[in-house]
Amino acid sequence: MSEFLDIDFGGSNAAPVVGIDLGTTNSLVAFMDLTGPKVIPGADGERLVPSVVYRSPSSEIMVGSAARRMLIDDPSRTVYSAKRLMGRGVADVADELKLFPYRIAPHSESVIQLELGERTFTPPEISAFILTQLKENAEAFLGRPVRQAVITVPAYFNDAQRQATKDAGRIAGLEVLRLVNEPTAAALAYGLDKRKDGIVAVYDLGGGTFDISILKLHEGIFEVLATNGDTHLGGDDIDNLLLRIAIEDVGSEWGIDASHDGSLVQTLRRAVIDAKERLSFAPRTTIELQYRERAYRREITREQFESLIRDIVDRTLQPCRNCLKDAAVTPEQIDEVVMVGGSTRIPLVRQSVETLFRARPHTELNPDEVVALGAAVQAGILTGAVEDKLLLDVTPLSLGIETMGGVVSTLIPRNSTIPASAGEVFTTAVDGQRNVLIHVLQGERELAKDCRSLARFDLKDIEPLPAGAARIEVRFLIDANGILSVTARDVRTGKEHSIEVKPSYGLTDEQVEAMIEESYERAEEDVRERMVREALVEADAILAAVEKSRQSEAYGQMTPAEQTAIDQAVNELLMAYHSGNHELIRAHIEKLNQATLRLAELMMDSALGTLKGTRI
Amino acid sequence: MNAPEYFELFGLEPKLCLDVRDLEQRFYALSRKLHPDRFLRATPAEREQSNQASALLNDAYRTLRNPVTRAEYVLKRSGLEAAESKQAPPELLERVFELNELLEEVASGGEEARPRLDAAWRRLRDLLGEADVALESLSARYDARDGAAAGEIRALLIRRRYITNLLAQADRVLVS
Repeated sequence: MSEFLDIDFGGSNAAPVVGIDLGTTNSLVAFMDLTGPKVIPGADGERLVPSVVYRSPSSEIMVGSAARRMLIDDPSRTVYSAKRLMGRGVADVADELKLFPYRIAPHSESVIQLELGERTFTPPEISAFILTQLKENAEAFLGRPVRQAVITVPAYFNDAQRQATKDAGRIAGLEVLRLVNEPTAAALAYGLDKRKDGIVAVYDLGGGTFDISILKLHEGIFEVLATNGDTHLGGDDIDNLLLRIAIEDVGSEWGIDASHDGSLVQTLRRAVIDAKERLSFAPRTTIELQYRERAYRREITREQFESLIRDIVDRTLQPCRNCLKDAAVTPEQIDEVVMVGGSTRIPLVRQSVETLFRARPHTELNPDEVVALGAAVQAGILTGAVEDKLLLDVTPLSLGIETMGGVVSTLIPRNSTIPASAGEVFTTAVDGQRNVLIHVLQGERELAKDCRSLARFDLKDIEPLPAGAARIEVRFLIDANGILSVTARDVRTGKEHSIEVKPSYGLTDEQVEAMIEESYERAEEDVRERMVREALVEADAILAAVEKSRQSEAYGQMTPAEQTAIDQAVNELLMAYHSGNHELIRAHIEKLNQATLRLAELMMDSALGTLKGTRI
Repeated sequence: MNAPEYFELFGLEPKLCLDVRDLEQRFYALSRKLHPDRFLRATPAEREQSNQASALLNDAYRTLRNPVTRAEYVLKRSGLEAAESKQAPPELLERVFELNELLEEVASGGEEARPRLDAAWRRLRDLLGEADVALESLSARYDARDGAAAGEIRALLIRRRYITNLLAQADRVLVS
């Protein structure tokens, strides 16, 4: 990659930094123009790119609406909601994997491997396909290469989930300048030119995740006071609930086990989602299904729907109360409530939020777009295009280390403003001990086994000393992306101490590098393929022209040697035709061009002669 | 390595009583200068420096804006760390016994003990409130260079920590 293009020359020549909302259901890309943040549409004019990836039997990758259609025709090669698998192990998602149409490869404990045909893909690779599509949409729209992006993540994403998102960006050839929390991004989009001071709550119920954040606004500073949420709660859960009921219903009506027919399940899934969306505006609707000459119809009222989903909606309320408590504000102190995410269109969700915060929530901005717009604003802050705004975000989960008896000792409490740091001095327990293992965890529980294991850090090659004599200071730093880095220093010598990281979940750096390499190769392959196709189009044109000329008067005027030369050039081009090498094809096109040069002149002359003869 | 002093970072005198609103204004102003968002196009070394400086600023603000962590910090700097103690302060013993008994009863299904647990919980909250009021006046005495104040604050902080641990314990039972 050229460093040259990343240099900021100021003004409009600066390389664009886009803002990306990498969503569970839909993804969007936005950028900052002179009047404010704008969503960039795709070639089809659509602003939302469905977060669906399809891999055809001939290894072709499709992303977006085209891929979503394949969910019905070829579900086992189509991945949706990959975001729910980011930074997770198989054990975390066992329940919902049953409903997904794709297969999981064995050995998916620390990184899930999805089987699509004969190859496996990790969730970051799937997300990278979506990011690549968004990148291409932006490049086509802006007419310039895009290499840098701000990507949003759920505020409640842990370290591994954030790292996985950053990895996805790298695989897609994007430098991720910042990960921004989705509710905070939404606040940025809303806060623009609006309220100068006050306390704002952002309730973000998306396809797969739920976040609540409480912010204090003061003269352009957006200070997050507290955040809470559930990275496994969203519209998908409502869909899955309805789907389970519908599968059973259809099954008993048709006398089959519907759950084993992947295509039927996906058709049914589409039908319940459509019904769910209609119920946000209509008091009753019908779940309708046409499948292989059979039909299924079931009427559902909003009342029935609400009683079905009440538990799911209620699960968002405790995080809200916890968030209020951590922010040390009462519902009365909240000046405004902002709604984000497609699921906030559901009337029951709006009512519940209104009751809890005792304020009518804001819904002016499109809840599907507001996060991407905020990401573009943050991109503007980073490039200097937006000068007066500053986001001070927090880490959603406490960071700690495992101590004696499996108890967690907290180093950085949740809701600390990031960047945040903490130091701890470690020593040896027995004489001559050469290494110390530090187990780092994230979570609010007291025991290590109940928290999320982030990584094990191995302090190696400690000088052999009596127990307790070695002193190594370890510094934990959570950066502005919410991602942890660890450094170690020998207190006695002052020297940097080496540290080996074994992440518990996610990809190693080497794996990411290999995937980047592969994506370059894939990109090169794509370019090569296009050049070959273009060369073949030209070859076809010239071969057809030569064949046609053989009937002409001019051809008869050629010497036998000239005719042989033409035949030979045609043969050579035909031989190169299937080589798959565009340079070779082009070389022979050129050769044939040369061989037919005089023929072309003669034909031109006779054509002109005809023209002269007709005297128009 | 001597960590830069938190008060100095904000250009403040090391005092226990401070104007939190003023501290906030200083925090915002410094954040605008130091935050990594401002150094995106700087050299890697400058970016790293901004990361460290910004983390330190945030750690300092988190510590100083709360009167309890502020007092703990000041005591620690003067070598009077208020270490956590498993030993109940004698004047709290009776309440500790009572609470533990009630917690056990409720945890093993004795729902009729719940109202008494609630009452015990409220009394603990009141004690916490009293401790916070006491900290305020002790802080003023400390700032006025009352030599005995530091020791008293230390005892108060240990007692307070004990109460918050008890409350957290009770919260877990009350929530379930």
